[in-house]
Amino acid sequence: MRLKRWFKAALHRRVAADTIQPETGIGRCGTTGWSEGAATGMNKRYSIFSLARNAFSRHENWQEAWRSPTPKPRYDAVIIGGGGHGLATAYYLAKQHGMTNIAVLERGWLGGGNTGRNTTIVRSNYLWDESAALYEQAMKLWEGLSRELNYNVMFSQRGVLNLAHNLHDLREIQRRVNANRLNGIDGEVLDAQQVKDFCPAIDLRAGGRYPVLGASLQRRGGTARHDAVAWGYARAADALGVDIIQECPVQGIRVADGKVQGVETARGYIETNKLGIVVAGHSSLLAEMAGFRLPVQSVPLQALVSEPVKPAINCVVMSGAVHAYISQSDKGELVIGAGVDKYVGYGQRGSQPVTEETVAAICEMFPIFRRMRMMRQWGGIVDVCPDASPIISKTPVEGIYINCGWGTGGFKATPGSGWAFAHTVARNEPHPLNAPFTLDRYRTGYLIDEHGAAAVAH
Amino acid sequence: MAQSFRLPEGGVIDRSKSLRFSFDGRSYEGHPGDTLASALLANGVHLVGRSFKYHRPRGIFSAGAEEPNALVQLGEDPRTDPNQRATQVELFDGLTAMPQHCWPSLEFDLNETASLASRFLPSGFYYKTFMWPNWKLFEGPIRHAAGLGRAPRLPDPDRYDKTYAHCDLLVVGGGPAGLAAALAAGRRGARVLLVEQDSTLGGHLLSSPDSEIDGQPAAEWVEAARAELESLPEVRVLTRSTCFAYYDHNFLGVLEKVTDHYAPYSRPQHLPRQRMWKVRAAQVVLASGAIERPPVFRDNDRPGIMLASAASAYLRRWGVKPGGRALVLTNNDSGYRAALDLKNAGVDLAAVIDLRLAAEGPLSAQARDEGIPIRSGHAVTGTQGHLRLRKAFVAPMDGEGRRVFGGGEPIECDLLAVSGGWNPTVHLFCQSKGSLEWDEQLACFRPARSMQRNQAVVGGANGTFALGEALREAHAAGLQAAEAAGFAGSGSERQAPRAGGEGDFLPLREIYLVPSIQPVGQGGKHFVDQQHDVAASDLLLALREGYRSIEHVKRYTTTGMATDQGKTSNVNAIGIVAEHLGKPVPEVGVTTFRPPYTAVTFGAFAGRDVDGLLDPERTTPMHGWHQAQGAAFEDVGQWKRAWYYPRPGEDMHTAVAREVKATRDSLGILDATTLGKIEVRGPDAARFLDLVYTNMFSTLKVGRCRYGLMLKEDGMVFDDGVTSRLAEDRFLMTTTTGGAANVLDWLEEWLQTEWPEMKVYLTSVTEQWATMTISGPKAKALLGEVSDLKLDSETFPHMSFAEGRVAGVKARVFRISFTGEMSFEINVPARYGLAVWETLIRAGAKYAITPYGTEAMHVLRAEKGFIIVGQETDGSVTPLDLGMNWIVSKKKPDFLGRRSLFRPDMQKPDRKQLVGIETEDGREVLPEGAQLVESNGAARPPVPMVGHVTSSYWSPNCGKAIALALVKGGQARMGQRLYAPLADRTVACTITEPVFFDKAGERLHG
Ligand SMILES: Cc1cc2nc3c(=O)[nH]c(=O)nc-3n(C[C@H](O)[C@H](O)[C@H](O)COP(=O)(O)OP(=O)(O)OC[C@H]3O[C@@H](n4cnc5c(N)ncnc54)[C@H](O)[C@@H]3O)c2cc1C
Repeated sequence: MRLKRWFKAALHRRVAADTIQPETGIGRCGTTGWSEGAATGMNKRYSIFSLARNAFSRHENWQEAWRSPTPKPRYDAVIIGGGGHGLATAYYLAKQHGMTNIAVLERGWLGGGNTGRNTTIVRSNYLWDESAALYEQAMKLWEGLSRELNYNVMFSQRGVLNLAHNLHDLREIQRRVNANRLNGIDGEVLDAQQVKDFCPAIDLRAGGRYPVLGASLQRRGGTARHDAVAWGYARAADALGVDIIQECPVQGIRVADGKVQGVETARGYIETNKLGIVVAGHSSLLAEMAGFRLPVQSVPLQALVSEPVKPAINCVVMSGAVHAYISQSDKGELVIGAGVDKYVGYGQRGSQPVTEETVAAICEMFPIFRRMRMMRQWGGIVDVCPDASPIISKTPVEGIYINCGWGTGGFKATPGSGWAFAHTVARNEPHPLNAPFTLDRYRTGYLIDEHGAAAVAH
Repeated sequence: MAQSFRLPEGGVIDRSKSLRFSFDGRSYEGHPGDTLASALLANGVHLVGRSFKYHRPRGIFSAGAEEPNALVQLGEDPRTDPNQRATQVELFDGLTAMPQHCWPSLEFDLNETASLASRFLPSGFYYKTFMWPNWKLFEGPIRHAAGLGRAPRLPDPDRYDKTYAHCDLLVVGGGPAGLAAALAAGRRGARVLLVEQDSTLGGHLLSSPDSEIDGQPAAEWVEAARAELESLPEVRVLTRSTCFAYYDHNFLGVLEKVTDHYAPYSRPQHLPRQRMWKVRAAQVVLASGAIERPPVFRDNDRPGIMLASAASAYLRRWGVKPGGRALVLTNNDSGYRAALDLKNAGVDLAAVIDLRLAAEGPLSAQARDEGIPIRSGHAVTGTQGHLRLRKAFVAPMDGEGRRVFGGGEPIECDLLAVSGGWNPTVHLFCQSKGSLEWDEQLACFRPARSMQRNQAVVGGANGTFALGEALREAHAAGLQAAEAAGFAGSGSERQAPRAGGEGDFLPLREIYLVPSIQPVGQGGKHFVDQQHDVAASDLLLALREGYRSIEHVKRYTTTGMATDQGKTSNVNAIGIVAEHLGKPVPEVGVTTFRPPYTAVTFGAFAGRDVDGLLDPERTTPMHGWHQAQGAAFEDVGQWKRAWYYPRPGEDMHTAVAREVKATRDSLGILDATTLGKIEVRGPDAARFLDLVYTNMFSTLKVGRCRYGLMLKEDGMVFDDGVTSRLAEDRFLMTTTTGGAANVLDWLEEWLQTEWPEMKVYLTSVTEQWATMTISGPKAKALLGEVSDLKLDSETFPHMSFAEGRVAGVKARVFRISFTGEMSFEINVPARYGLAVWETLIRAGAKYAITPYGTEAMHVLRAEKGFIIVGQETDGSVTPLDLGMNWIVSKKKPDFLGRRSLFRPDMQKPDRKQLVGIETEDGREVLPEGAQLVESNGAARPPVPMVGHVTSSYWSPNCGKAIALALVKGGQARMGQRLYAPLADRTVACTITEPVFFDKAGERLHG
């Protein structure tokens, strides 16, 4: 109920903010997050008008999207990790919970981890109630995010297809779509012809090794621009007073009497009583610094893009059976992803055999793309939990909170994850949305196993 | 006039033959040896493309892999290829190419209006607008404006191959350094693989054929080297082959273009279009050369502006004049090479504009001697000419190189050859995680520290630009690689090839942003990344807005992210950023180099793994028989399984009902070959099985069979099957069809990593046996007639096996049942499968033996409440949830997953448990995957779900619909009512026991 009220209010604020007064070209933007910060002037707001205005001053007057402050000796809360999840956490801490004396510490550059490496698929059609609620919360936030942040994250609801290639797939799709509908999440089951109608590029030839028998479709699913998500949250958080500190790796965590005291960083010691760890593939390293262990494995996951071409595929297509997924970026590249490498590691690359398998799978689904060419291939280190669901939780150390385990599919959760984690950090207790996602569940056995259900988990 | 820019002589083209080709619908001629780019230039065509963002007219900028501008759409559907670099496309007879990314035409592109509006479209403009009302409204048009070429619309008819190569030494690059290294190692007898992306060896010697090596003209030396390499039996030279990726442990990927350069009508049919080589090399020598860096000046992107080295290449290698009246702009001595070449070819050379305060160096001295006008301390401040360069403006600079004086003197020219220094091609070195250092003197990044053992970088790739020195370095690296690979020297070896100091481009003046009459960003554009239209002002904007990390600059402006991946732009971008931030260049650093070096065709990654071969298709020995019977098939893992056998006029439903009924009434036969079979042998086999199954196997007697469940560490059911004890130390395990490989992996992992001390050996024997199950009241009778086995229940009880002959063939027969009927699983060596099957069919005719498929099998087992792993289970189901407490040993101290079963949440009474479901109306068959809820009303979501239907069928034997389901706390809810809300209606149903037929289990015994 409260959530709903908040949504309404937020929506109202956004609409107000978007009402530009033509004579001044300035938005009435007093209530949106980004403009409340200390360092901001009206110039900071982005819009078609500010773009035009700045064009006439040759773009000399744009302000910094975020400051580059020197770390203070003490913060009310410190978030480690300047990926999408960490930045979103900081934003919602400031925005929802009024905590503005906080910092985000990033080892390298903002968004340089998995946030800037992923294939940007966003959907919320998860099987289990717990997951569905969390990802759907994220989906709702996505739907207003560009305006909320005043930064175009290019959230493109072009529809996500999950293909079925055998009877087992069909059964699983039925089950998931039925569950989605009952959870209030849009979902449809398509037969082969409907798949072809929705996505004409798909090949339905008889005789293909894995003929398409049908698919599930979430129309609200799609893609977003990954960098913009990191940058948009960073800018909005900065505007609320959050210190975003790049090139500041955390090297140690001080704990006394089971309570967190502060962090050792490359830029000195920083004191804090609340520490949020949001570092994806490096989670177990940070946990080790704090003296506890995580049931998380770090493995390379790769992606690749083709050279850009004119629009050739209009939606996101995923297939668990052949194990690959594809969409086309606004720039025109085919964006393709696959499964994880078969070994653990920290090398952000991804092995050639997996590239071969993935591309072969794409060639199977889309024989028209066989002459397309791979332009770039890369990898990220994903943090995988035994049940393929995240941990958003308190930890054995008082004042330390952890948000990890998003594995191969956490980009889509970014707003919801930050939102729920901010609640957890601020209130020292989980929000009902993330209450099931405890670290403790691996001890008690309350697993939220999305392996069987999702097959390809992106 | 045809080829009016072709020189009468010179170059490595064959003037005696003409090749016809077309570009943009117009016909032209070229010669063998031409690229599309050189042939176009020979015909005076400079304008070939449009840029990505502003649709600016663009020409041919380079002569190689670094080309940012000259991208074309090659060929026609289905063999059309977008974004091909004209500089790398070999000309063949009948080639057709079209410009791309322009409308309605190349000369008149309406999208060029974007260029007029460019002031409103700075880098990242799309992050700042298009938010209201939503992105969707704007995305469509933006997507159509973006993209470059067009994807094929028809399936690719071509074939691709993949192959492996192992060698002592892989040499990447067939220029002078690569050749010297390959010769040195090859002469020692080492197995050398040399790969060169170009169609011919020689590298940059191709455009300086008269420089001298060992007293010979370079062209002759290259030819001799080629011939010698060819004569060495262990040496293989691959041209048209690009090394595109370098992984750990000297594993490299090479793409060979096998037939792309043939005219379509003459393509040898037996050859693939392209071939991917996966190379494992003991030693690697990278001799990948260097790429010229263009200076960044205002309006530096017009057709007619090209790299100085490219101008030389077109003149010397292809005998083409790249212009009628030329100007050269350089900041180093190598720019004068182009000036000299242009002058020698009779091109009218207006002047060399030298950014250096004084022109010094051997080449500039030579130029001065030859009377070429030189203006040192000058800059090009701008250019004019829409579809072709017409004019450049030249003005003197101040001492710092930050300002120019005066408005700039116009100089008429249609060619501007530019040089801003050289960048070693370090892509592969960096992919292999080598680190770079900034060489102050050469002003370039060069290899510093290698992360791979057994790797060397030589020649231009190493920043060794002087030819003689490069040859020496390469020769030494070749010898060292041979030595390390075990090929010692004989003492009477040849010396390194000798050459003069040509190729030296020092001194060089570092100016990353050539000043213009107005400040950067005001009037005109200083392009850094030409393809993506990223100008210096965009970089400065990014910095101003706080995107300071070079990775942020790159991503915000998209510099270096085009199809050329920044080969001519990255270092300039870094230089401009460094200059602006007041940091030294190395502190700004480089962005990560990623594979591939140049783009690689998807088809080549897939190789033959397409269509039917994407995944092996596994069929049983009886497959042909099933086909002949008209069976429908279902994919289960890689297997094709007979799904049902429709008779004429039957639909699936009636066929399945008939098969199910016949089996219970008399006799059915199932092809069960696909079930996984693993032999578990060794003195510790029994102990091992006790650990991997929940129940006890060490107590199993030889000759007996037992059903077992396997769990993962988390206590969830993972696989099941019957395991039989063949001997004290030998078991035959069966697994699910789809799970067989996973189970074998799983068992091996435990054996190899956790229990290495156990003496257990696993062998997959799935394909060694053909398995057929005969099931039904007449099963015993039939088996008795065709075998020599004693079938009385004393000697051959349920859950035991016997060996004997069936249909005259040695067989292993298991008396186990998945249907609840008396059943025998007959295993014979696979090659006898069909014969035995046919005998059973023939002999069973009198019992109306009925082949049944997987669907009928599913119904039969569901009538008995038997689970199918992967259907009743999904990785979140424990044995207890399945009501199978009986199979979880209380006595064993441990087995995989045991500890997890005792976790508190695993014991909760409200876990989902296996139950039966019957629909209220009895005839309505629920869809599998239906969710179950408590109430009938149209509740608003989220509606709590209490369970879901896992299996659901029409049961002809029960005369009603039956289903299995997992329901929260279901085992305690027998008889209660639930609802299944479907898309169009809600079905009421009742919870029942999961066994629907022969609850007492009497039929097993006949
Ligand atoms: C190839 C690939 C494809 C993917 N595709 C999808 C997809 O299509 N859809 C989807 O939903 N998800 C996808 N994912 C997953 C998704 O990217 C991640 O789950 C999500 O981005 C995680 O965000 P994050 O902010 O938690 O992590 P990150 O973005 O990785 O941020 C963690 C940050 O912590 C920093 N850090 C680490 N150690 C320290 C330290 N000691 N001190 C300070 N900072 C530190 C890192 O530098 C990093 O910036 C994909 C992932 C990959 C790799």
